[in-house]
Amino acid sequence: MLAKRIIPCLDICNGRTVKGTNFVNLRDAGDPVELGKLYSQQGADELVFLDITASFEGRKTFTELVERIASEISIPFTVGGGIHELCDVERLLKAGADKVSVNSAALKRPELIDEIALNFGSQVCVVAIDGKQTPDGWRCFLNGGRVPTDRMLFEWAHEANERGAGEILFTSMDHDGVKQGYANDALEKLSNELSIPVIASGGAGAKEHFRDAFLLGNADAALAASVFHFGEIPIPELKQYLRGLNIPIR
Amino acid sequence: MKVAIVRYNAGNIHSVVHALKRLGVEAVLTDDSAELGSADKVIFPGVGEASTTMKYLKEHNLDKIITGLRQPVLGICLGQQLMCSHSEEGDADCLGIFDVPVLKFQPERHEDKVPHMGWNTIEAVDRSLFKGFDKPEFVYFVHSFYVPVCEWTAAETRYILPFSASLHKDNFYATQFHPEKSGAIGERILQNFLDI
Repeated sequence: MLAKRIIPCLDICNGRTVKGTNFVNLRDAGDPVELGKLYSQQGADELVFLDITASFEGRKTFTELVERIASEISIPFTVGGGIHELCDVERLLKAGADKVSVNSAALKRPELIDEIALNFGSQVCVVAIDGKQTPDGWRCFLNGGRVPTDRMLFEWAHEANERGAGEILFTSMDHDGVKQGYANDALEKLSNELSIPVIASGGAGAKEHFRDAFLLGNADAALAASVFHFGEIPIPELKQYLRGLNIPIR
Repeated sequence: MKVAIVRYNAGNIHSVVHALKRLGVEAVLTDDSAELGSADKVIFPGVGEASTTMKYLKEHNLDKIITGLRQPVLGICLGQQLMCSHSEEGDADCLGIFDVPVLKFQPERHEDKVPHMGWNTIEAVDRSLFKGFDKPEFVYFVHSFYVPVCEWTAAETRYILPFSASLHKDNFYATQFHPEKSGAIGERILQNFLDI
C-alpha cells in the first residue's frame, strides 16, 4: 500500500542549517548533510532543503551543497528557494536534486510550471503555496505571508495542477509556527479536488497533528521542521504511533 | 568488478552512480559498444519519455547493443519499461526483451493519483534481486506507466491494480522502482544485483 510520507524540512543559509537544533549526537548539526542523513536513518521518507540565502554567492554554495546531499543521501529530496527560471531548475537537477519546489516565481509567471513539466517531467515540479485566511477566503501570499496577492488558494492550486505540477506543498501561514495542528479543512478540500498529491505544511506540534493531517486533511504527506529539529517528536516514535492507527506508513 | 551504466539522454543517471559509490563501486558511464560489452554488470537507468528515448537509443545503435548483452543487466524505472515490447507512452515500440506491453495507469477512485509517487511495498516472487527478503518491503516509486503482472514478474506491487515492480528473464533484470533512492533496502537490492 502506498505510504503516507513524513518529510522534515531544513532551512539553509550559506550552506548551513538555520534554526538551531538540539541533536547532541550530531558532530555538526549545522551541516545539512549530517542532519539529513540522521533523518534518513530515522525513517524520514523524503527531505526538503530550502535555500533562504539571498546572495549570488549563496546560490553557488547551495548548489555545491545539493551535490553533496545527492552523493551521500539515499532517499529522495526536494530543493527550493530562489528558483526563478528554468535554468535554476536545470542547475539544481543537474546537481542531483530529485524535485524542485517553486513558489513566488510561479505565482508571478505561471508558465514556469508548464516549462518545468515539459522539460523535466511533472514529477520534479512541486508547487509551494503559502495561504492565509482572509474575509473573502483563502488567499495566496508572498514573502512568508507578508505580501498578499490577487490569487485565491483553490483556484491557483487547480491552475498549478492543470499546468503540470507534480505535487502541491500547502503551508497555512495562519497555522505555521503556532503548533496547534495543520489547516485540515483547506487540506481536505485541496486533496479531494486535485489529481496530484498534497503535502501538508505549517502547524505540527504533536503526533496527533500528523494523524489529523492524514485522516481529516487527506494529505499524502506531512512536512515539519522544528518538532523534528528540536527532537520534540522523534520520527521513529511518530511513525510507530501512526502505524498503530492503521495509517499506511513505511 | 567493472560496472557500466548506459549513457543516454535520460535524467537521474548520476543518482545511480552515487548509490554504487556508496557500495564501494566506481561505475563507468558510457554509450560505447566495446565498453558496455566488456563490463561485468550493466545498469540501464532512466527517467524520461518512452518514445523520445527509444528514438535516441535507435539513433545511437544502443537498442541493438543492449539487447545483445550477455552479462547481468539491470533496467531501472524507464529502463524496465523500455525493455518491454511496446509502451503506451508516445505509442513506442521498445526493446522487446520482455514480451509484455507497458500501459498507462487509469485512476479508478479519486485517491488514485497518477503518477504513482512515493513508498510502496513489493512482494518478491523471484529471489535473485531480493535475496534475504522474507517480508514485503517499502521502495520508492515515481511513474505513470506500468508493466502488468506477467510470467517474468519478479516482484509485485499493488497500486490501482497489481503490477510488475520487478522483472527477470535470463540475464535481464529490471525494477520499476528506484533502488538508488530507496534507502537501505534499495542498497541491498543493488548489492544483490552486483553479487549475481
